[in-house]
This record gives sequence, C-alpha cells and structure tokens, in this order.
Amino acid sequence: MKTFFLGAVLSLLTMAASPVVHAAHKMNAFRLDNGLQLVVIEDRRSPAISQTLWYRVGAADEPPGKSGIAHYVEHLMFKGTRNFAPGFYRQTVQNLGGNDNAFTSRDSTGYIQRIAADHLETIMELEADRMHNLILTDDDIETERRVVLEERNMRTDTNPGALLSEQMSASLYLNHPYSIPIIGWRHEIEQLSRDDIFDFYKTHYAPNNAILVIAGDIAPHEALRLAQEHYGPLQANPHIKTRIRPQEPPHLAERRLVMTDERIATPYIVRRYLASERNPGEQRTAASLSLLAAILGGDGINSFLTQKLEIEANISIYSSAYYRGTSVDPTGFGLVVVPADSVTMQEAEEALDEALDEFLQTGVEEAQLNRIKKGIYAANIYEQDSVQSVARRVGEALSSGLTLEDVRVWPDILQSVTAAEILDAARSLFRPESSVTGWALNEDIES
Amino acid sequence: MISRLATTILLSLTLPGIAQSLDIQKVTSPGGITAWLVEDHSIPFTALEIDFLGGAAIENAAETGTAYFLSGLFDEGAGDYDASAYQRQMRDVAAEFSFDAYRESISVRARFLTEYRDESIELLRLALQEPRFDPERVEFVRNQILAILADRASAPNDIASDTVNQLAFGDHVLGRPIEGNEESVRARTSDELEQFRQRALTRDGAYIGVAGDISPGELGILLDELLGGLPLDAPELPPAPDYRLGGGTTVIEFPTPQSTVVFMQEGILRNDEDFLTAYVMNEILGSPSYSSRLQKEVREERGLTYGIASFLGTHSTVGFVTGRFSTENQSVREAVEVVAEIWRDLANDGVDEAELSRVKTYLMGAYPLRFDGNGSIASILASMQRDDLPITYVENRNTMIDQLTPDDVSRVAARILRPDDLHFVIVGQPEGLDPAVTDESVAISGQSVFERPEQIHDRPD
Repeated sequence: MKTFFLGAVLSLLTMAASPVVHAAHKMNAFRLDNGLQLVVIEDRRSPAISQTLWYRVGAADEPPGKSGIAHYVEHLMFKGTRNFAPGFYRQTVQNLGGNDNAFTSRDSTGYIQRIAADHLETIMELEADRMHNLILTDDDIETERRVVLEERNMRTDTNPGALLSEQMSASLYLNHPYSIPIIGWRHEIEQLSRDDIFDFYKTHYAPNNAILVIAGDIAPHEALRLAQEHYGPLQANPHIKTRIRPQEPPHLAERRLVMTDERIATPYIVRRYLASERNPGEQRTAASLSLLAAILGGDGINSFLTQKLEIEANISIYSSAYYRGTSVDPTGFGLVVVPADSVTMQEAEEALDEALDEFLQTGVEEAQLNRIKKGIYAANIYEQDSVQSVARRVGEALSSGLTLEDVRVWPDILQSVTAAEILDAARSLFRPESSVTGWALNEDIES
Repeated sequence: MISRLATTILLSLTLPGIAQSLDIQKVTSPGGITAWLVEDHSIPFTALEIDFLGGAAIENAAETGTAYFLSGLFDEGAGDYDASAYQRQMRDVAAEFSFDAYRESISVRARFLTEYRDESIELLRLALQEPRFDPERVEFVRNQILAILADRASAPNDIASDTVNQLAFGDHVLGRPIEGNEESVRARTSDELEQFRQRALTRDGAYIGVAGDISPGELGILLDELLGGLPLDAPELPPAPDYRLGGGTTVIEFPTPQSTVVFMQEGILRNDEDFLTAYVMNEILGSPSYSSRLQKEVREERGLTYGIASFLGTHSTVGFVTGRFSTENQSVREAVEVVAEIWRDLANDGVDEAELSRVKTYLMGAYPLRFDGNGSIASILASMQRDDLPITYVENRNTMIDQLTPDDVSRVAARILRPDDLHFVIVGQPEGLDPAVTDESVAISGQSVFERPEQIHDRPD
C-alpha cells in the first residue's frame, strides 16, 4: 500500500525516507582558474547531455528582511542580458529540442538544461552569459513579482499542510535562517527592490561560487575544453567567502504548534527534531539517521512505526519518518502520524512517544537493517539508469559543502553503519527540547 | 525445446536527428503473450510495464472506486505470504513494484535485478494472481482511501477536476472520480475485489513493454510464468458517453486567496487521423514544457499565474481538450478572458510558418530525450501498443511532424477549438464573477452561463 498517502501530509515531506546512494558512473572533477568547479559524469548510453550550473547560494543566504530574493532572482534569470534579448535564451534551447528549468533550495540555486549532446556548446554559451550580464526592465521585475506571488499562493497559501510546514520551520530554528521559507514571506516579496535584486545577483553569481555538472554523452576532456572556452573568461569575485550563517543556541524548550484550518480534512501530527547533517569527512551520524528514518518509516508495512501504530495498536492510518542529510547546516528529522478515526490527537501523540521509547529500549533488528541495506545496494544499480539523477545528487552534495570524495564513500558508509550507531544517533536525536510538534486540525482542539 | 523458444521479430529503428538506433523487438511467448522489448545489457536490471485494459471504466455505478481499491492491495499479501512477509520477500530480492489504477487501465511497473529475476517474477505473479485480501489489510486500505476521499473533497484541484468531469460526462463512468465515493468504498467486500481482479487483469488486455537486461527468449518464458494463469478475454469498455458540457463558467465557492481554474471542451480520439496534427497544435496552444501561447500571454506577459498548460485528453471513446491554472481571486476574470481570446485567435487565424517551424524543431529535437532509461522506454512501449501504433512509429514520428504545414495545423485548430464550447470551472472566490455581473461581463462564449451546481462531493454521514 505504499502508493497511498495523504496529499496534505505528502506536501510536508521534502524527501522519502530511503537514503540515496552512489552509482558507478565515471566521474571527473576539474577546477578552472577563475574558481569554477566542473564535474563531468560520463554516460554514453544515449546521445543526450545535461548541464546544471549550481550556485552556492540559497534562501538561507538572504539578507535579513529580504526573504524570497534568491528564488526571485532565479525567476528573473530568464529575462534578457546585455548580449541577448529577452526570450532568446529559452527560444534557443527550445529550437534545439532542449528542455530547461531552474530551482532554488535553502542552500543552492540551480539552472538545468537537457539537450542533444552536440548542442552542449550553445547552452554553455547562454548559461555563462547570464552569470554576469543580466538586464531587467521595471516591467520585467513587476510582472515576475506577480508570478512569484502566484507561485506562493499555489504552493503555500492554498495548502494548509504547506502553511503548517512553514510555521514548523520558523519554530524549529531559533536563530538560523533555515527558519525562513524558500519562496519568502509575502510581505517581504512585495517589497523586494531592483537594488535588492542586483545586490544579491552581483554578490553571489560568480564562477568561484558555482559548480558546473555536465552529465551524459561526452568525454571529460572535451567537456573541460568547452567549459574553459565559455566559462573561463568570467571574472572571479574576490569577495566570495565560505558561508558562515548564524547558528542555533542551545535548545531548552520543547515547542508546540496547533493550526486550525477548515481545509484540513484529515487531522495529523507532525514533529521535527533538529538533526545533524552530512559534513565533509564526517558522514557517519547522517548515515545513521538516514537508516533510522528507513527503519522507522521507510520499510513499508514492516516499518517500526507502522508496526507499532498501525498493525499492533490501530492508532493511526498512516505514519512516516523522513530525513534529508544533505545540508550545509543542521537539518530536520521528521515524523508524521495520521490518527485513526476514533483516536484523539493526544492519544496518537502519546502512542508515538511510547513507540519511540520502545525503539530506544529494544534497538534495531538486524534482519531489518540488512534488508534495508540490500535495498540501498539495489537503488545503487537502479540509479545508474538515470544519469540525471546521479548528476542532481552530486550537484546537491557539492553545493552543500561536501566533496566528491564524500560523495564517493557515502554508499560504503551506509553499508557499514551498525545497529549500535543507529541507536546512538536515535538517542541523541529524540530530545523533546530540540523538537517542534505540530497539530493540524480542522476545528478547535478536541483532544 | 524448439517450441520453448520465443519468436522474435527484429526491427532496427533509427531516431532522426540522433546517431543512435532503438531496436524494438516484438516478442511472442510460447503461450502466445506478446510484448515489445528493447534489450540493453549495460545495467543488470530490467524494467517492465504492463497496462491492463479496463481499470475504472469497467466498474458499474455501485462499485465505483474498485479498481483504485484493488490497486492498493496487490502488495498487501499474496499466496502464502501475509502482507508483512510479502514485503519482506520483495525487499530481500530488492525488487520494486508499483500498481496504479487509471480510468481505462490498471498499470503495473516493476524493476528487478538480473540476479533475482526468477524470485522477483514469482513475487509479482503472486501479487497479480493470488492476492490474499486479508480482512485486516482490506480494512486498513479502506480507511486510507476514506481519508483520501475526505482530503480530495477539500482540495481545490480535485474539486475542479471532479466537477468538470461530472459536468461533461454525467453519470457515465468517465464522469466519476476513480477514487470512488464513501458509500461504495465502505461497501466493498473482499469477494467483490477478487471478482473485479479477475475481470480487470487478463492476458488479452495486457499491453506489455520491457527494457533492460533480458533476452527475447528469457522474456518469452517470463511472460508465460507471470501471466499464463490469468483469464484470457479482455474486458469490454463501456460505450461512448454523450459530451454534455457547453460553453460558460461554473463557480464553486471555496475559501481560498487563489482560485483554481480548469477549462475543457470536447476533442478528438487518439485514432483520429488528425491526432498528431492536433498534438502539434496543442503544443503551440498550451504545452507544459514549451513556451506556448498560453504560457506567454498569461504568465510571461501578464504575470497572472505561476503555470498554465493545456492537454489533449483521450479516453478510448471520447476525446477532449483541457487545461488548468491558478490565479488570485481578483485576477480570475482577466485570466479567463485571455484564455478565451487565445482560443479564439488560434481557431480563427491558425498558425504561420515561423511559429510552426519553431515548435517542429522543438518537438523533433526533444523526442529522443524521452527514451532516457529502461523505465521510460518500457512505459513508452506499453503505451504505443495501447494506442495501436505501429512498431515503426518511433522511426517515423519525426518525419510525420516535419511534413505538417501551417495549413494542416490551422485547419485542425479550426476543426477542434470551439471557443463557444469552452467551459471554465472555477474553484475559489473569484471577484467579478458573482451571479449579478457574470452574465454580461464574462462574455467568453457570447452566451455565458453561470451555474452554481449542487454539492458535487456528497459526504453521507
């Protein structure tokens, strides 16, 4: 029944519980003189190629009061430049039969095209051009602001699950900018100015703040030659520094949120704990947490929470655990419980806490751990079918401060994590004072 | 042993514009089951897709939602394995199965490693042929579906889709949500689910696409093992519905800052000789991936929405053109007027050489990018057979597109797009669309209709 989950709950999950792994594609890394990092992932099965340019800047790098600027700039990057008229970029990509898109996360901003391999040079020229040459009319800025506000409406304001998720992040982080929604707070999006946009663009869009990932039908030295030709002339920005953001103070008080919204058809409980992330040279804790999420919620009917809350106790109709370890700073470990019909929120939350206590007492079942590790091994093979998926995973890791070596050893670390390490990680994780618990209700509390 | 060998027809297809061929083989098993195969031994796994013709369309009114219910139970225990044991077995061989119900099919997608091929296929066979329907698992899935139904009833997107289908197709099965309704879901018994399975999963109704690390001979044997025990005769789909929806606007009041808008009119069938031309026409009108007229005018020029797209919908007995967008309540009227205007322009004035030539180069260049892995290829092969396309289609498709002229596309635009018949369903609190002003001011169709329909989502207590 893994295909069935609730829409409202799904929107909270940033990533499924199963951990990602390294595939056996050939990877080569280079660095241009101007600081641009280049990774080439060779896959000759199909004559296609993808280019993704990742900037090491995301929503968590926005100046105070300017939430949404990273994402807004991403939208505006599709307007004109000093060399090319508005619309030329997308028109050219499409004339060559290519597809393109862009994305903004808490830690990075990325631009991607997929196209027949012989057109790589053209899309490199266009991508390199818009790193420094963006031109915006006032009309561009205002029209796109409306689009962004509509996007916020669509993703968040019309979706009570997303609204609660936004409130949860704001509550989980006491000091770190991960508390800010990626799309931005509406009142701040409305005020972002031309100066804000160009300050942000000029500060962060530079070759020494970017990672270029080329994946598909090309030899590494050929990709390097083209990258040198098109990205090589770009000037580095000497002011780019390692990102140091405000960090969290000690968490001393458990946080609780209750949100009531008539659009919430099925009440549910969601909890997030502040959790360690993958760090260069130190990924064992994150690997343990990845496996913990898989044990608690990512093993179908045999997931620990499913067994305790759904099979043994009939407390819930759906439960899940999720964790996303690829992150610059400490991230979140999430749990979701949807109470069964006659079960109150209070009862369901107590049952969740009892189940977690029991897990800490009984520990990890070896057979289950081995089964999950086997799934990771298989995912490794299945992932080779999609070089784009490999490219995305590598780009995400590098733009979060990890190295290619970290990416390379990650699957081995996952395989080598022990039951004892997972239990240790769980003990440090499940501290009420570093958690936030949200109740999503459709009427006043009936606990 | 000769009789055990599968018969194989080998066709070498070259994709225009790219230097690589896609060899689609038609494989017939010793038992007479046919599949299309693309062999690729570079990664040690196989992707398999089976589309079983039938799906929600073969439900009667009282059993609505049964195909959806059934699709949730295939991995909830089969043969000697209860749900927990079954999923342990699946994970022990690292196989991945998914089961989905659609309007006219139930689709099975599987990925399995070469080293565990036999074990994986046996597990999949059990799921398809011997699901257990253990009472506690049926209850569990039933409760999840009831929660999903409740969720859908307060989700603007679902309300809009369900409304437009109901208005267009009425009591016909195509007018009902595939998730069913509370009464039907509560009433469903294990016996009824099993009987439905026997109607819905058949050998003749199975359209099979396979890609990956398997030879034609191995595939032939696998097909017989996997499907040989199913009933032979494919279910019959119901006759065509009357398309009942005329032009106009339907507003469903819903408390939200942004309205969701779905628009729809009748279209053409997949086997219509104009279908490919209509497909190209729709790319110009509202492609989700190309800079279509709708994208340019509604999003890029006016900033009225984050995204807008239109699609050619095809059930086997009826076609339609549909699309959707979301916009702030105060912008709904403007956005609806712009969409109607674009509809009218394309119907009346057609396309010129430059615009057609741009979309052609895009479509021809983007086509090979679809074949980007075993999973996508298996899926394309299954749907080609469902659509009754020749095995040479992949080879010829770009040439057919290249040969289209502006006159062809303009003629088909004029044939299909009927601005007066375009209906908008709006879920939200759109401004300027209340009954008093709507009749005159939203002259999208010249005969603007305002309906405030009865509650579509009944929730009997």
